[in-house]
Amino acid sequence: MATPRFPLWEVFIRSRTGLAHRHVGSLHAVDVASALEAARDLFTRRNEGVSIWVVPSASISASDPAEKAMMFDPASDKIYRHPTFYEVPEDVGHM
Amino acid sequence: MYTQGLTPETETPVRAIGDEAAMARFQARIDAEQRIEPNDAMPAAYRRTLLRQISQHAHSEIVGMLPEGNWITRAPSLRRKVALLAKVQDECGHGLYLYAAAETLDATREQLYDDLLAGKARYSSIFNYPTPTWADIGAIGWLVDGAAIMNQIPLCRCSYGPYARAMIRVCKEESFHQRQGFEIMMTLARGTDAQKRMAQDALNRWWWPCLMMFGPPDTQSQHSDTSTLWKIKRFSNDELRQKFVDATVPQAHHLGLSLPDPKLHFDEISGHWRYGDIDWEEFRQVLAGHGPCNQERMAARRKAHDDGAWVREAALAHAEKHKARAA
Repeated sequence: MATPRFPLWEVFIRSRTGLAHRHVGSLHAVDVASALEAARDLFTRRNEGVSIWVVPSASISASDPAEKAMMFDPASDKIYRHPTFYEVPEDVGHM
Repeated sequence: MYTQGLTPETETPVRAIGDEAAMARFQARIDAEQRIEPNDAMPAAYRRTLLRQISQHAHSEIVGMLPEGNWITRAPSLRRKVALLAKVQDECGHGLYLYAAAETLDATREQLYDDLLAGKARYSSIFNYPTPTWADIGAIGWLVDGAAIMNQIPLCRCSYGPYARAMIRVCKEESFHQRQGFEIMMTLARGTDAQKRMAQDALNRWWWPCLMMFGPPDTQSQHSDTSTLWKIKRFSNDELRQKFVDATVPQAHHLGLSLPDPKLHFDEISGHWRYGDIDWEEFRQVLAGHGPCNQERMAARRKAHDDGAWVREAALAHAEKHKARAA
């Protein structure tokens, strides 16, 4: 008999108060409550977190790597968006 | 570890897929040390090689809980028991990280489980050896995890992103596994004569199977070339085996234990410990299912899976019921 399918969840952990939740991995669970419990057991055995998010993997939409150039290249020649583009005389000090 | 040299001998590696230009672009990304991610274009053979390696690695973590789980209830002190529990729990988690990495290559978790239970998938030969004494738990942590770490550290730089990230987590968590094993061996080696004999006996039984963990010698390894080209593998089987021997022999001497290899000697010129001939026929027999515990391991996995069926069904039914009530 084939094993029944459990939905897939993406897990995000906030490691310390004030930091953002960060993707740590994924797991299978039947519902939100069991996904949260499984995420605690799987990803926070050594106090790695103070908060967990679980998101159904099917709810995540990703950009297409084939369109990477179209998505991100327009930003690469806009060096004027970076502070180092602007010259400040040395005697003005750190700015 | 856990993953090398387990390829069925009938399978021929296929390298070229798609058009030449796409292959060249892919190789250029690998050569530039860029990580390949799940939704990137990749050759079918790259995907297949990784899926086989990652799933074998995952199965090994799961089956690997059995030899050590055997001693949880009989650990000689509370300190040893909590350490062993934590270690076995880690192995379970490592199996789950690896299954999740394998799933990014279009495998389903259920198919991976079913392949293992049906005997279609392989796991490391090392877990088909028995753990008759407490010293075996020390030897596993010290030697088996030592060999695993030797293999897993370079895998943290593997070209496939999800596998590399899983390995980083695994290596970080595993750092205590080898130390707790060495501590057990050290305690026994400093104990009574009977305890020291027990430690020596465990070392004698585990040494050669541990050297086999790195897979067949480079002259016989089938997939090394493409795996190296694609930066899945960073070191050859023999290179990793030599690193392990060089690191481990002085540790054994420190314990006052001897290694079961009359040909073992230090080669002043190369600076390496040279070891005797490995019994590759034993390795082939264990992989073919004729090791001391192959049947016992698979029977234990199948029983656990079957006994858990009602829990999975109940969990799904419970989730459905709550969804229906909320609707």
